[in-house]
Amino acid sequence: MSKPVPETVITHENTRQPAAVGGHSVVVGRDKPLRLDCGVTLAGVTIAYQTYGALNADCSNAILVAHALTGDQFPVRDGGDGKPGWWEVMVGPGRPLDTERYFVVCINVLGGCMGSTGPKEVNPGTGRPWGLDFPVITIADMVRAQAMVLDHLGIDQLFCVIGGSMGGMQVLQWAVSYPERVFAAVPIATAARHSAQNIAFHELGRQAVMADPAWNHGDYLNTGTNPRAGLAVARMAGHITYLSEAALRRKFGRKLQDRDALSYGFDADFQVESYLRHQGSTFVDRFDANSYLYITRAMDYFDIAAEYGGHLPAAFVGTRVRYCVISFTSDWLFPTPESRELVHALNAEAANVSFVEVETDKGHDAFLLDEPEFHETLTGFLNGAADRHGLGRP
Amino acid sequence: MTEFQPRGRSDTIRVDLLVISDLIESGARVLDIGCGDGALLHYLAHNKDVDGRGIEISQAGVNACVRQGLSVVQGDADTDLRDYPDKAFDYVVLSQTLQATHSPREVLAELVRIGRHAIVSFPNFAYWRIRWQLLASGRMPETEALAAPWYETPNIHFCTIRDFVILCRDMGLRIEQRSFLTHEGKTGRFRSTGLWANFLGEQGLFVLRGP
Repeated sequence: MSKPVPETVITHENTRQPAAVGGHSVVVGRDKPLRLDCGVTLAGVTIAYQTYGALNADCSNAILVAHALTGDQFPVRDGGDGKPGWWEVMVGPGRPLDTERYFVVCINVLGGCMGSTGPKEVNPGTGRPWGLDFPVITIADMVRAQAMVLDHLGIDQLFCVIGGSMGGMQVLQWAVSYPERVFAAVPIATAARHSAQNIAFHELGRQAVMADPAWNHGDYLNTGTNPRAGLAVARMAGHITYLSEAALRRKFGRKLQDRDALSYGFDADFQVESYLRHQGSTFVDRFDANSYLYITRAMDYFDIAAEYGGHLPAAFVGTRVRYCVISFTSDWLFPTPESRELVHALNAEAANVSFVEVETDKGHDAFLLDEPEFHETLTGFLNGAADRHGLGRP
Repeated sequence: MTEFQPRGRSDTIRVDLLVISDLIESGARVLDIGCGDGALLHYLAHNKDVDGRGIEISQAGVNACVRQGLSVVQGDADTDLRDYPDKAFDYVVLSQTLQATHSPREVLAELVRIGRHAIVSFPNFAYWRIRWQLLASGRMPETEALAAPWYETPNIHFCTIRDFVILCRDMGLRIEQRSFLTHEGKTGRFRSTGLWANFLGEQGLFVLRGP
């Protein structure tokens, strides 16, 4: 209990206007506080979420979409700004997550910066933004908060929980923490534990943020600065890991940006440089630097076998969840062997598991893109599971 | 988006798969090793309400299975069976796959460990047409069922019905049922090492139990 939080009912509701981002928001953990892995207890936590489609009469058609590191609660964006959501190809009428059949819920993670309680929001104990006083959160904490939102929505059991990358970690955490609340689980492009290489990349990103003087030891919201340069570099480094050499070569090669010859300087001569700079600068407009630190940390800490003496199958003993594990051939951030390790562990428990590796050169990002084989496989799995779950066939 | 389409009529499958499905009772837990495009699992799921799983080595086969809503993982019979716990399934099926494994003996041992019963079918290399081809032409036989030339075939461990019976005996496996399938799809039972079965049977089909 390093950072005790007052056990009073805290109204985070007005610290940020949900209307600004659209969607819904709920305060959870008032009666029963949210107990975090780090030992801190949060009473009254605002969680922002969005829903699509309609919950059926027996509440059996709910799908929870878990977003990735820099995602949000809007896989489909119905705001007026014309910006598409991050999973428009997957969610909607006639899409694999068919909103005419399923009730799709997507929740901004605890620690996020799109309306859920996180380092950017006001600490009710001080009246100032949390900054680095915000407790370190884990994937399990995010899932605990999500479970509270589902309680609020009256959903006892999810038909399916699905997500890629960090979303996939949440999927696994759901299956392990709340097996009775999950009928089917689809962890995509993910792993049962964050690898040393991935922790290393995250540390690179965090150090870039922290090296920016504008970060101000995490207190930039109180000092009116913003570590834009640091966060942009973190995003650029991250973005490289989401792609593949083949995708970069196909997209950019060594093509020059708006020029016919090398400049013999440090401008963005190459298209790939210009692209990365653009990725960095647009990212800082929508993301909070401290949130980036907290959420990357949560991923680094993720190791679903840790509680089970490092023995992965023990996490899934007696599991009745139907799993569909999906990986992509060119994903070097969460390569197929990590999915395969998960599948071996599930087989060791004779779990109901499907495992598909999709051939693509688009790298880790493939899970966000229009990959017909991926979508067809997923649709087939969901149809089979829906049939078994009494939701009928389309 | 692609809609869920059951593959054809559920009652039209290969005759050997039909024979295998007749051995499996409704509601059983079944693991089909080398499940290919999932024909047997699909049939069992729709006609016998089994809790079916599959392992398939080709990714294209796996994807085709999962697209149908079947629970199938990409894996190799030679290496991936050791993951599964003892007696996790009522039936473990190895259909037309034994001859393509690197270590048939170890694979058989895993089958009877994982399943209460193992159902194994394989092409009988002592089938009379094969004997005749080898005798008459002096070349490696190629039949409808074994169409690839010797340098391209995935089948590296051919055996005969008689060989298989002797191996089971050596391993101390209990043979619960021994039968053969003719080219015309007729089945017959036999005893011992099956002198005639070994001649007439294009395929051998066995139900085994661990020692």
